[in-house]
Parts: sequence; C-alpha cells; structure tokens
Amino acid sequence: MADLRSDFIGIRSPNPFWLASAPPTDKEYNVRRAFQAGWGGVVWKTLGLDGPPVVNVNGPRYGVIHGADRRVLGINNIELITDRPLQVNLDEIKSVKRDYPDRALVISLMVPCDEESWTSILSRIEDTGADGVELNFGCPHGMAERGMGSAVGQVPEYIEMVTRWVKSHSRMPCIVKLTPNVADIRKPAEAARRGGADAVSLINTINSITSVDLDLFAPQPTIDGKGTHGGYCGPAVKPIALNMVAEIARNPATRGLPISGIGGVTTWRDAAEFMALGAGNVQVCTAAMTYGFKVVQEMISGLRDYLDGRDMALSDLIGRAVPNVTDWQYLNLDYMTKAVIDQDLCIHCGRCYAACEDTSHQAIAMDPGRIFRVKEEDCVACNLCVDVCPVENCITMRELAPGEVDPRTGRTAGGFRDWTQHPNNPMAQAAE
Amino acid sequence: MTTTPMTPGVVPGRLPPDAFAANFSDVAPPLDEHEARVAADRCYFCHDAPCITACPTGIDIPLFIRQIATGTADAAAMTILHDNIFGGMCGRVCPTETLCEGACVRMEAEGRPVEIGALQRYATDGLVLSGAHPFRRGAPTGKRVAVVGAGPAGLSCAHRLAAKGHDVVVFDARPKPGGLNEYGIASYKAVDGFAAAEVEWLLGIGGIELRLGQRLGQQVTLEALRADYDAVFLGMGLAGVNALGIDAPGQRDAVDFIAELRQTADLSTLPVGRDVVVIGGGMTAVDAAVQARLLGAQTVTIAYRRGQDRMAASRHEQDHAVKAGVRLMTNAAPLAAEGGAVVLAHTADLPDGRLLNTGERIGLPADMILTAIGQRLAGVPEGIALAGGKIAVTGPGRTSIAGVWAGGDCAAGGDDLTVTAVAEGRDAAEDIHAHLAGQPLAPVDAPDMRAE
Repeated sequence: MADLRSDFIGIRSPNPFWLASAPPTDKEYNVRRAFQAGWGGVVWKTLGLDGPPVVNVNGPRYGVIHGADRRVLGINNIELITDRPLQVNLDEIKSVKRDYPDRALVISLMVPCDEESWTSILSRIEDTGADGVELNFGCPHGMAERGMGSAVGQVPEYIEMVTRWVKSHSRMPCIVKLTPNVADIRKPAEAARRGGADAVSLINTINSITSVDLDLFAPQPTIDGKGTHGGYCGPAVKPIALNMVAEIARNPATRGLPISGIGGVTTWRDAAEFMALGAGNVQVCTAAMTYGFKVVQEMISGLRDYLDGRDMALSDLIGRAVPNVTDWQYLNLDYMTKAVIDQDLCIHCGRCYAACEDTSHQAIAMDPGRIFRVKEEDCVACNLCVDVCPVENCITMRELAPGEVDPRTGRTAGGFRDWTQHPNNPMAQAAE
Repeated sequence: MTTTPMTPGVVPGRLPPDAFAANFSDVAPPLDEHEARVAADRCYFCHDAPCITACPTGIDIPLFIRQIATGTADAAAMTILHDNIFGGMCGRVCPTETLCEGACVRMEAEGRPVEIGALQRYATDGLVLSGAHPFRRGAPTGKRVAVVGAGPAGLSCAHRLAAKGHDVVVFDARPKPGGLNEYGIASYKAVDGFAAAEVEWLLGIGGIELRLGQRLGQQVTLEALRADYDAVFLGMGLAGVNALGIDAPGQRDAVDFIAELRQTADLSTLPVGRDVVVIGGGMTAVDAAVQARLLGAQTVTIAYRRGQDRMAASRHEQDHAVKAGVRLMTNAAPLAAEGGAVVLAHTADLPDGRLLNTGERIGLPADMILTAIGQRLAGVPEGIALAGGKIAVTGPGRTSIAGVWAGGDCAAGGDDLTVTAVAEGRDAAEDIHAHLAGQPLAPVDAPDMRAE
C-alpha cells in the first residue's frame, strides 16, 4: 500500500492533505476535529499583531456560485484574518500541537510591512511548537486596503523584503503564500525565492464579485445594501491555480522551489493533478467548508488507490507532468486527431451536432434516424463535441496513424513540426 | 353492522370516512421549486429534440425546461401554453411514457427520462392557478364561430379562435364544461377541481360564450349552426358507449361510473360492489378498476379478451392498476352473467389477429360489472361523411361539409388522447381563421397525418 507520509520542506505529516489558512482553521475546536478526521496538517488562520482585535462584518461574509442541485462550485468571502485575541490563538496552537505532534501545524501571519512588526510576531509564536510559518501575501479584501495581504503580494520587492526579514529573525521553515491577482505569477515566486523562502503556496483567493442581487442591485454578499469584492475559491478556480502552479514549477528561475498547491482541491484526483504539476502537497478549504472535514478520508483512500494501481510512490507523482507543460509554439502541428462517435454509446441527443454546426466547423452530419456522423474532411479536432457530449467516452479523438493523410488539409500525419519550424511563421528556422 | 369491503352487494361507505380523502389524493404530487430545478437540470437541451417530435402538440420541451432551470416558471408556462392551452391537464394525464418521456434520450442513456410531465405541471400550475389569463385577443374580426363540445378539442379550438379576434359560442350537452377533463379523468389525476379551474382560466381570454345543456341534434342542430355562424367546429367527443352484448344485473358503463365519481363530493356515499369485474383493456378500464378499489371494493378484476400486449392501456397504467390491487386477467372474454358471477371464456390470439375461443371457462364472482369496451359517436349530424364510425376529416380537421371542421375523439384518426384533441382543436382553429380571413384553403395533398 502506497505510503502517503509527506515531508514538505522538513515539515512532516501523515499525508499531504493540509487544511489551508481560512475559517476552518481559526480555532482549536475546529483544528482538533480536523485532525481527528484525518487531515495531515493545518495552516492556522492568519494571525495579526497584538492589539484591538480585527473586526469582521456582521452580515453575510460569503457569496456562492451554484451548479446543478445547489452544488457549490465557488465561494467568495470578505472575512478578514482572525478576529480573536493573539494570545488565545497562541495558547490554542500550543495545546493542539502538543496533542498532535505527528501533524503539521503551520501558522499563517500577516502584519504591517515593517521589520519591527515581523520581529515582534515571530517572537510571539516561537514557543508554540508550530512547524513553520506561512506569510499571507494573498488576501485581496479588507487587509489589502491597509497595506497588507495582496497589497504586499502584488509587489515583488515587498515580498522579497519581508521574506528576508522573516528568514533572518526565525529558524522556522517559511512558506510564502501568493496572490493570483497579478499579471505574471512567476515574478512574486521569484521574489520569494530571492528573499529566502523555503516554499511558496498558491493560489490565494481571486478578486471577485460572485453575483448581483437583482432586486437590491448590489453585489452579493450584501451588507446593508452594499457589497464589495471578495476572494474567490473552490472548484471553479482550480484551472487557474493549476496553471499558476505549473508556471512556477517549470520556470527556470523557480524550478525546484517547493510548492504547496491550493485552489479548488475537492477530491483525491484534484490533489493528484496539483502534485503532478509540481505541488509537494495540497491545501484544502472550500471542500471542507462544503462537506465537512470527513472529505479527507476520500482523498486519502483515492490517492492511495491511484498510486497503488500504478505502482507509484508519492514522490513519483510529484512533478511528473511538469516536463509535459510547454508553450504553444512547441506543440506538434503535425499531430492530428479526428473525432469518432461510438454509435453504440450514442443516445442521440444531438448536442455534438448543435455545438459543431452552430459554433464550430460543421463537421458533424445528422443522418436520418438521428445518427450523428463525423465528417473527417471538415473536422479540425477541436474536441468541443467530446466536451459537450453527456455520455462519457461516447465521442473520442482518434490519433491519425503515421502516414495517414488528413482529408481536411491533405497533410500526412506522423511528423513533427512546431510553430518555430512552420513555414507560415516568418521567424521560423527552416528545418531543411 | 358497519359496512366493510367484505359486505356483499353494491353499497356505499365500505371504508372509514377519512380513507376516501387519502385514497383519492393527488396520485403524483406536484414538484416543489427545488425538485423542479433538480429535475430540470437533467434535460440535455437536445438538438431537434425527440420529445418535441413525440408531443402531439409539439411543445418546445427543452426550452420550457431550461426556463424552469433558470427560475422563470411563468416563461416556461407561456412556452407550453402557446402550443397547448391545456398544458396543465396534459401535464397530469398525458401518457408521457409513450410520448415525450418515452422519446427522452435519457431513456436510452439510463432508462429514466426527464420528468417532463411533472415539470410541465410545475410550470403551468403557477400561471393557471393564479387565475390571471396571459393571452390577449386580437382585434375583433366580426366573425362568429360555433364550437360543439366544451372538452379539450372544442375549448382548444375556441381559445385559439378567440385569440384571433373571432367571437365563439361553445355548446355542450353536459351541465359543466370540460368534457372528459371534467367527467372522464380519474379523480386522483386532477384533484382539487383542477379541470374546472383550468376551464375558467382558459375562458379568461374573453370572447367565448358557453351554452351548456345543449346537445347536438336535440337543442341545437348543425343545420342551424351553419346558418347562424361563419364556421362550425365539431368536438363533441364520443357520447355513445359500446354494448357488451350480455345482460347482467349490476352492469353499468365504466364511463358513467367514472363521471359520477368525479361529480360526487362525498365519496363515502358512492356505492361500489364487493366483487367488481371491469370488462375492457384501455385507460377507461384501468381508471374504473383502480377507483373501484379505492372506494373499497374487496376484489377488482380487469378482464380483457385479448393478450396483455394488445391492451390499449399503457404498461405504466397497467402497473398502476396492479399496484392498486387490481387483478389483470387477459385472454378472458365475457360470455354471460348469472347468479352474481360473470362467466369468461378463455381465448387465444391467433397469428392472423383472430381470436380463438379455447373452450375453457372461468366464473368470477361479480356483483358489479363495469363495461369499458369503447365509446362511439352518437347523434351524428346528417350528411356528414364518416370514416370508421367517426367523422371523416382531411388536413386540419376539414369535414365533408364546407364550413364545418371536426377534431378530438369524434373525428377519425389520431389517438383518443386529451393532448391529441387539444392539437386537433388548435390546428382546426388556425385553418378556420385562415378561411375566415379569406385566404384560400391550403390544398391538402399530403396524406392525412392522423390517418390510422
């Protein structure tokens, strides 16, 4: 049976599933329940400086995007960092860590951008027994307006500076949590590395308005008739997070920098995908907020079964897909596929036809008896029919065999020619 | 001694008083908003959807389901009602398993269709039961049309004509409008007076005058209608019932039994036999048999002279009967009734379609025999051509007499379904309108789509 034990920048946990710094990790009661349910680690909800506690709104703090049957696809929030006194949090962290020494317990931090504030908070957490710190440079709402959170994460120089302070005043492993609300995620990651970060974690939430109340004409969640942008998370953000993780994993300047993957991890499969793209572990929030802490048990059994089925170790999975992430210009333009409809599986709904006929390349014919047939001479292999077909594996893409001629283009399959070599590219280097 | 299901004879009150309300409650309770959204989400929004093709009224089903899914049930209702003004009743009584739901691609995918009927009811109930009528009449044309029969065909026709600006007078022999919706549908399929409420809502368009207690051939004649009106639509249904040919005490028509049940406010006063035998194999037989059981009959048997696969009642209806405790006895033809029993001959279906009497017999106790062996046209106006015992029509309901259209059960062709009657009434109205507008009648050279 696959060993799921994880060692992430020296922080050990019985599995690679951590709860992200967020509402579920705000206090001892929740964290104990999470550990009882089987979570490998927890990043404690962000602590700020000692002083008057942070104030949250007293109206709704979450907005939601629902799929069918009110399935939660995405949540945004306008909650701030912990609003409980610092000492209470510190005492609870110490208590939990004492009882769960085998679990990872990382403390998320967010204080103003001056060295003294960071020195001060680091000294306060020193004797909690926590395994590391995560610098919250990500939250896009509320704290950012006070010069913290994503306001720091959007300026690589600040990231580098603060990370350096933390590394010079603490021996704890340091994870820098990145905001996705930037043009190029590689820049803040590079800054974190320059500052001495042991790892980056990403993504934090995405700036968003989830919906508008069409009676009140205000964004939701609505506080006394007004709304504001909040941080978006959950399954909906996974594709954005995967790309950002992969960008950092394959960037020469950050290659090898450990990554804790965050963003819509809901099942073992999501976790495996993040890890294949270079994440050493994953952090989860929305799935737990939607279904409770028990979801980790499916993640554990699923990942274990997957690894067992392929006779892989966890370390074999991490980063395995990174070499296959490339730029468009290096994709093989002589690789050709065609859609194939399995007539035995087809339920004759015609969605492939509507999609292709109305919005694509008119490459599916509708024959009498609602028989749908791919016209290979018109099929550009876009895959839209596969995507909209409600029956799994009913439509698949067939690779043209080497030597086979694409009836649409007249070109022969089996060669290799990317954009850098393509005759239509004025910058191409002739292959001949 | 109290009356129980065991009490011999034809007596009322076989059940405790509160059992009647429970037994005759909504057989398929309406979907609530969340259930409707979940059910609606299962629709694939098929291209050129097979469910639309399967619907006699051609409702744009994927569109109305998508409108439900997006929280606009009234818009969904309008999509339905535009094609089928009786969308509310059809959502309740259509044999969807052989129509839209039978054609649903989900059947092929997983054997469980989108619940189109229930969704249609969900969409239409809000609008129909609100009472407010959403359609407006066109400019008055000054034309007057007589409609005979206030059932689904007649009222569908009348509504469409009224919408076009014509003035319509509807004649019906019964004291209440609605036709089979009011008198013929099993009680638990249209509870809480829905049939009457729907008719009242339909009439809200205005321009439709109801004249009840007017039977064609008695209080009113086709000749007079033709003289007084610019066009006539015949949709009076099948008022006659086929006779069994055996004489038995306790025998009555299932149609009458169902009608009386529908019109009885207190079902504990309605007499029913201890041992009921229903002769027939169609929907009427099932409706009569199930309701006899629900009234407290001890044993109810449907005796059908041919094999089960020949029964006109759908499999869904047959299952419904069996679940209600009705015994289905097939290849059993009635021979005689004597001494509180009915004698049935065992038959066999021959490959050529003929029926063989095997010579075996069985006697069933029967203090009530309900015959449901088909209805027939009664009071046929003179001079009108018939086909197969019904009024012959071409195209959209044109009869052999100029200016006279027909549709619904009284017209030849088509299934005897509410939804078919609605479609025929509507299409005839469009044809009448074109005729009244002075457009030459479009030639009907295509074969009659409704021909048998």
